[in-house]
Amino acid sequence: MRLGKIGSGLISVLALAASIGMAHAKSDIVVAMQLEPPHLDPTSAAAGAIDSVLYSNVFEGLTRFGPDGSVNPGLAESWEISPDGKTYTFKLHSGVKFHDGTDMTADDVKFSLDRARADDSANAQKALFAGIDSVEVVDPLTVKVTLSAPNGSFLFNMAWGDAVIVAPETIADIKTNPVGTGAFKFSNWVQGDRIDLERNADYWGTPAKLDKATFKFISDPTAAFAAVMAEDVNAFVGFPAPENLPQFEADPRFQVLVGNTEGETILSTNNKQPPLDNLNVRKAIAHAIDRQAIIDGAMFGYGTPIGSHFAPHNPDYVDLTGNSAYDPELSKKLLAEAGYADGFTTTLKLPPPSYARRGGEIIAAQLRAVGIETEISNLEWAQWLEQVFKGKDYGLTIVSHTEPMDIGIYARPDYYFQYDNPAFQKLFEDLTAESDPEKRSDLLKQAQTMISEDYVNGYLFQLAFPTVANAKIKGLWKDAPTQATDLTAVYWED
Amino acid sequence: MLRYFLKRLLSLVLSLLAASVVIFLALEVVPGDPAAYMLGLNAQEDTLNALREQLGLNGTLLERYLSWVGGLLTGDFGISYTYRTPVADMIGDRLWVSLPLALYALTLSTLIAFPAGIWAASRRGTYVDAGVMGVTQLGVAIPNFWFAMLMVLVFAINLRWFSAGGFAGWDAGFWAGMKSLTLPAIALALPQASILTRVMRSSLLDTLSEDFIRTARAKGLTKAQAMWRHALRNALIPVLTILGLQFSFLLAGAIIIENVFYLPGLGRLVFQAISARDLIVVESVVMLLVFAVIMVNFAVDLAYALVDPRLRRRAG
Repeated sequence: MRLGKIGSGLISVLALAASIGMAHAKSDIVVAMQLEPPHLDPTSAAAGAIDSVLYSNVFEGLTRFGPDGSVNPGLAESWEISPDGKTYTFKLHSGVKFHDGTDMTADDVKFSLDRARADDSANAQKALFAGIDSVEVVDPLTVKVTLSAPNGSFLFNMAWGDAVIVAPETIADIKTNPVGTGAFKFSNWVQGDRIDLERNADYWGTPAKLDKATFKFISDPTAAFAAVMAEDVNAFVGFPAPENLPQFEADPRFQVLVGNTEGETILSTNNKQPPLDNLNVRKAIAHAIDRQAIIDGAMFGYGTPIGSHFAPHNPDYVDLTGNSAYDPELSKKLLAEAGYADGFTTTLKLPPPSYARRGGEIIAAQLRAVGIETEISNLEWAQWLEQVFKGKDYGLTIVSHTEPMDIGIYARPDYYFQYDNPAFQKLFEDLTAESDPEKRSDLLKQAQTMISEDYVNGYLFQLAFPTVANAKIKGLWKDAPTQATDLTAVYWED
Repeated sequence: MLRYFLKRLLSLVLSLLAASVVIFLALEVVPGDPAAYMLGLNAQEDTLNALREQLGLNGTLLERYLSWVGGLLTGDFGISYTYRTPVADMIGDRLWVSLPLALYALTLSTLIAFPAGIWAASRRGTYVDAGVMGVTQLGVAIPNFWFAMLMVLVFAINLRWFSAGGFAGWDAGFWAGMKSLTLPAIALALPQASILTRVMRSSLLDTLSEDFIRTARAKGLTKAQAMWRHALRNALIPVLTILGLQFSFLLAGAIIIENVFYLPGLGRLVFQAISARDLIVVESVVMLLVFAVIMVNFAVDLAYALVDPRLRRRAG
C-alpha cells in the first residue's frame, strides 16, 4: 500500500518530468522547397511538387516506397499473388479512416484504380494501370485485382504517388482540399506562399511525431540561401544552389544531406535525325564527353556518373560508364569513319534547370573540341515540351528523367529520342511479364547494357538531391527514391 | 463637361477592348500546351486529350476569346488551368500583398523625395545640392534586386531584425504584415525616390526662374516664402506624372523583388502562370493591370486639374 503510494507518486513526478522534457522539443517544422504544387491532386498531374508535399504524409497507396526505394506494404497489409501471376488479392488494414472520418474500404480502392484507368482519366502515369483488367471488391477489406498479363512490377507501380487511394465523396474538391488516409491531414494553403499540414490524431499506423508541418515555396536560389541562413525555414529539400552547400557544411547550425535520386541526367539524342541516326556518330559524341568535368562544372561536384539509363543505387545496376569513357581521339576517329571527319552542326536545346543550362555550355565546348558545332537555344519548359518532347524538333537536349525505373521509355519508338529497336522492345516485354526476381534482375542488366551499347543517348550523371536542415532535425529522408518529403518519422532532437 | 466625360469614357472602353484582343492573341500564338506541361513526360495522348477537353482548350480561337471576354464583363475571370481555382480569388489574394506593397513603397518614395527635392532646389549649387544629386545618382544606378539582397544579408542574416522573405499574412496582424513588407518596400522605393527627387528638384528650379516668382520676390516675399506659396504648387505637375507612372510600375513590376523576398504577389503569380502556360491567369491579370494603369492615368489627369486651376477651367 505504502509502496504503491510512493510508486504512484514517483510515476507522476516522472510523468511531469517527461512532459516538461517533451515541451522543450519543438513539434512543428517549416520545410522549404523550390516549386509549389499547381494543385493538390497527385492522381492528375505530373508535377513532382504535389508528391513532394503530400506523398505518404497525406495520401497513401496500397504499397509505399521506403527511404531506400524498397516497396513496402501501405494500406494493404498483405497480398497474395496467384500462381499465373495475374491475380493480386490485397488484404487491407482494418480501421483505416480518411481525414473526414469515413472508413477506407475496398470500395475506395476499386474507385481509385478504376478512376485512374478510365477513358477520361487525367492521370499523368496512366501506363501504370494499363495492365489492369478488372478490380473486384471481395469484402470490405479484401480487393482482387486481375491483370490481363503477368506484370512483375505491379506492386512497384502501386507505390507511386499517382496510385494513391482517394475517396469518391471527396474527389470533387481534391485539388484544393485533399482528403487522404495519411499521418498528416491538410489544413491550409496560402497560394504562392505555403501549405500547412497538421497531425492526424486518428492515424491507423505509427502516428507522426510532429504536430504541425509547413511547406514553404522559395524558387529563387539566392532567396533560398537567405531563408536557410536566417533560419526562417528549418529544412530546405532539393536545395537549388549547390555552390552554397560547403558553406552550410561548415556551419554547426546545419546538416547537409546529399542523397541519390531517380533522376538520370542525359544528353538526349534524336535517334532519327541525321547524322545522329548513325551509331558511330552517337558513339563519337559519348566519347567526346567528359562527365566529371560536367559534374564539377555544372553541379559543383554533386552527382554520380552513369553509363546507362539506370540509377546506381539500384541493386540491379551495372556500371557501364566504361562504354563511353572520355576519349576525344577515339571520338574524332569514329566521326571520320562515319564520314564526318570535318564534323557537323546540330542543335542543343536546353530547358531551364541549371544542370541543363550550365551543363549545356560545357558539353558544347567538349563537342566543339572534336569538331561538332552546336547551336544552343535556351527554352522554357512549355516550349521544350512543345518543340523537343512533342515536336521532336531537336538534335540534342539535356534533361533529367526523374521517374523511378523508367527504362521502359526506351521500348516506346514514338518517345522523343525515337529509339526504335525491336530487340529492346522484346526484352522489355519479357521483363514486364517476368516476376521471378532473379530473372528480372538478369533482364534489367541486359536492358541497361543494350541501350548503353546502342549509345541511344549521352549518359551523364545521376542527379544529386541536397537537403539542408537544422542540425537537430532527425528522420529526414536522405535519398529521393520518389519525389516525396516523408515527414512521418521526423522529429526534433532535444 | 458631360460630353468631355463621355468622350473620355468611350476612349477608355476602346483601349480596354483593344488591349484584350492584343493580350489574347499574343498569348495564343506563344507555343506551349498547358495540358502537356501539367502531365509531364510520361503522359499518353488520350490522357492529354481528356485533360484538354476538361480545360476547354479544344474550342476555336474565337469561341475561347468570346467566352473569356464575356466572363470578364460579368466579373467571372475563369478558372485557372493549373490551380483549378477561380482566377478572381487568386488575384484577390495576391492583391492583398501587391497593393499594400506598392502603396508602402510609394509612400516611402514620396516621403523621401519631396523634402530631398525641395531641399536640394532651395540650396542650389551648394554642397547640399551636390550631395543629394550624388546620392540620387547612386540610387538610380543601383539595381533594386541587388540592394534587396544586400539588405537581406545585413538585416535578415546578420542582424536578424527581419525575416529573409515571405509574407506573414494580414491574419498575423497589421504590424506583422507591414514588417514583412518593409525590406521589399525599401528596395522598391529607393530607385523610385531617387528619380522622384531629381524630377522634384529640376521642376522646382524651372519654376523658380519664372517671371511670376521674380514678381513675387519684387513684392517683398522672401525666397522661402515665394517658393512655398507660389513655386511648389506649380512644380507639382511633372512630379504627379512621374508618381502615377511609378504606381503602375510598382503594382505590376515588383516581380523581381517579389522573387527575391518570395512574396506571394501579383508579379510572381504572372511569372509562374507564364511558365506553366496558365494562359487564363496571365490574360486576366494582364488585363487587370491594363485596367489599373488606365485608371491611374485617369486619376492623375484629375489631380492635374486639382493643382492647376487653368486645366480645370479648360476641362469645364
